[in-house]
Amino acid sequence: MTAVDDPRQLAYIAGQASDARVNLEIETEGMTLNIGPQHPATHGTLRIVVKLDGERVMRAEPIMGYMHRGYEKLVEVRTYPQVTSLINRIDWLGSFANEVPFILAAEQIMGVEAPPRAQWIRTLLFELSRIANVVLFLGDMGVQLGAVTPVFFAFRDREFVLNQIEAVTGGRFHPNFDRIGGLKDDIPKGWTEETKGVLGRIRKFCDEMEDLVTGNEIFQARTRGIGVIPADVGLSYGLSGANIRASGVDWDLRRDGGIGLVHDQLDWKVWTHPDGDSFARYWVRLQEVREACNMVEQLLDGIPPGPVMAKVPRIIKVPPGEAYVETENPLGVMGYYVVSKGDLVPYRVKIRSASFNNISITPWLLEGTYVPDVVSILASLYFILGDIDR
Amino acid sequence: MSDLLTLAVELAWWQQTGIRAVLGLVAVLLPAGTLVYLFLFKMMSFMQSRLGPMEAGPHGSLQLLAEVGKFLQKEDIIPEKADRIVFKAAPFVVLISTFLLVLVIPAGPDAWFIDVDTGIFLALAVSSISVIGILMAGWASSSKYSLLGALRAAGQLVAYELPLLLAVVGVVIQAGTLNVQGIVMAQATGEIFGWGGIGNPFILTQFLGFAIFLIAVQAELTQPPFDMPVAESELVTGYLTEYSGLRFLLFFIGEFATAGIFAALAATLFLGGWYVPGIDPTSDLFNVIGPAVLLGKVILVSFLIFWFRFTYPRFREDQLQQLAWKVLIPLSLANIVVTGVLKVVF
Repeated sequence: MTAVDDPRQLAYIAGQASDARVNLEIETEGMTLNIGPQHPATHGTLRIVVKLDGERVMRAEPIMGYMHRGYEKLVEVRTYPQVTSLINRIDWLGSFANEVPFILAAEQIMGVEAPPRAQWIRTLLFELSRIANVVLFLGDMGVQLGAVTPVFFAFRDREFVLNQIEAVTGGRFHPNFDRIGGLKDDIPKGWTEETKGVLGRIRKFCDEMEDLVTGNEIFQARTRGIGVIPADVGLSYGLSGANIRASGVDWDLRRDGGIGLVHDQLDWKVWTHPDGDSFARYWVRLQEVREACNMVEQLLDGIPPGPVMAKVPRIIKVPPGEAYVETENPLGVMGYYVVSKGDLVPYRVKIRSASFNNISITPWLLEGTYVPDVVSILASLYFILGDIDR
Repeated sequence: MSDLLTLAVELAWWQQTGIRAVLGLVAVLLPAGTLVYLFLFKMMSFMQSRLGPMEAGPHGSLQLLAEVGKFLQKEDIIPEKADRIVFKAAPFVVLISTFLLVLVIPAGPDAWFIDVDTGIFLALAVSSISVIGILMAGWASSSKYSLLGALRAAGQLVAYELPLLLAVVGVVIQAGTLNVQGIVMAQATGEIFGWGGIGNPFILTQFLGFAIFLIAVQAELTQPPFDMPVAESELVTGYLTEYSGLRFLLFFIGEFATAGIFAALAATLFLGGWYVPGIDPTSDLFNVIGPAVLLGKVILVSFLIFWFRFTYPRFREDQLQQLAWKVLIPLSLANIVVTGVLKVVF
């Protein structure tokens, strides 16, 4: 038995031991907080299990699937025209945009192309549903940070966009308007002028948001430098849409993808922001609404004459084959992988929805943040529950 | 008040007490109801481009009764694991602080509940009792959201108690008294460089104090931008999460009554209280019109409070503490120093 007899060494050991005891006593167990499934911040049924130390998040884990509706399986027993009525419930705020990539994929397998007029109106409705969708985000961001007023402005002005969509399609929320080979109907008389008036309102709304929210010191303090996603991390998690553009990645499928829609014939700009924080994501979306207004204006002026429906058989049988088409939807990249065996119904459909990937970054992103920031970061990532769980 | 009652008619002690109790209730509930209808229902709706309640009574003016009726009908749910006694008592503790606060505010030269020499000190002391009620509510609810909300509330109220107090010190130095009636009189009889036309409302000389006082009041009331404790988008509603029915209503009344009373306090300290220029401050007329004047000033001040409430997003907890400790407290200390020096010089 070797005894330590150096007094200094003994004092050191004693000190260490007492430190260890104190540490044991002080060390507290973290608190596990279930944010959701029912919680005001998740606007739906997302559950995030957060392990807290005080108010600091040690670990966050999103648990998805509370709203899983099995769309991929359900479309396997529906004919191609029936599928659109189902899938525009995926991202329920910009529902027309959900139909577009599926129809494009089906058209690709069939080798059908929609007439130019149909393509223009398709793009038009695609951008209108983007406005209807993102306008609500701009208001909702304020609500999540405690400012209740912006969301009422958002709902007020979004109503006009929905009215325009309804005037064409007959459906406010679920248009079910896109058809293989074109569109169900042409636009009604006088619609062009009305829509231009609505664009004026939306532009005014954007200016209002700039005044009311963007310039607010508290809003900036709450969002700048919070939830920073570096470009490489964002790409590795498969982020898309405004979330990745806010990290400085200049990537937009409307410009870079280029299938079926006529964005390449318009004069517009892809907005990016170098910061990658919550504020950048908000700012990029605000600019995108303005850009979408510009696009819609050009689209309204440039709709070519002609039919809105190509020659397709009455009963649609898609020949064997497969296609993957993705488009830049309001929430990010949305893609459909459609496999056909020559039946009335698709053999298999895989849906790639934007929010699922966008929300997957939360465990990495939320670690070390505070509880209030959890909410602001989630709001800025902008997910729709239906788009996560399909 | 006691002066007034004994002067008018000889009343028995229990009659006086009864009248005082009724007047106390009126003094708490009338401003609260006014604020809820005027600001929460109507101004908020106006700012958010909607109509607000329109059905009950002309312009929805009876909506308040409907709301109270609704809350009274609801079941008073107590969570299974809650600490029942503490859970039940918490809203009353909050309400007690509200009722104690109203006592010190005079509504006329003779219309007061209690007239103590350290009136303003008493007011600031009893205003802190509500923290205990909030902590009780948060702890007893046995909900994590409630607990987080209550802890945030405690931290916040402690931090903002200080600037609130320091902002008042400037007024006290200038008035030379802690007595609230004395402060009103000092404003009513004061002079601005020898001109006594409008008295000397302390908002002119103590504007910084007024601003700090209002910000601190906003935090005391846990209203946006300082509503971290109830932050409905993250903590559901913080310490209120588990409350329903009557007890929720009590918290709600407490919140708005306290808003009204703090506004009355601000009006008394900085805007001259029940006094309006042009009438002799000792005249009996003020015993009649004083309460109305005070209510008018309360509405004016609470307009500011609620304007902020409906406009701003909320701070984060650490930013909120930084604002209190790094900005408001140094500013109010500087205010005290300047006030003290000027008091000695002039």
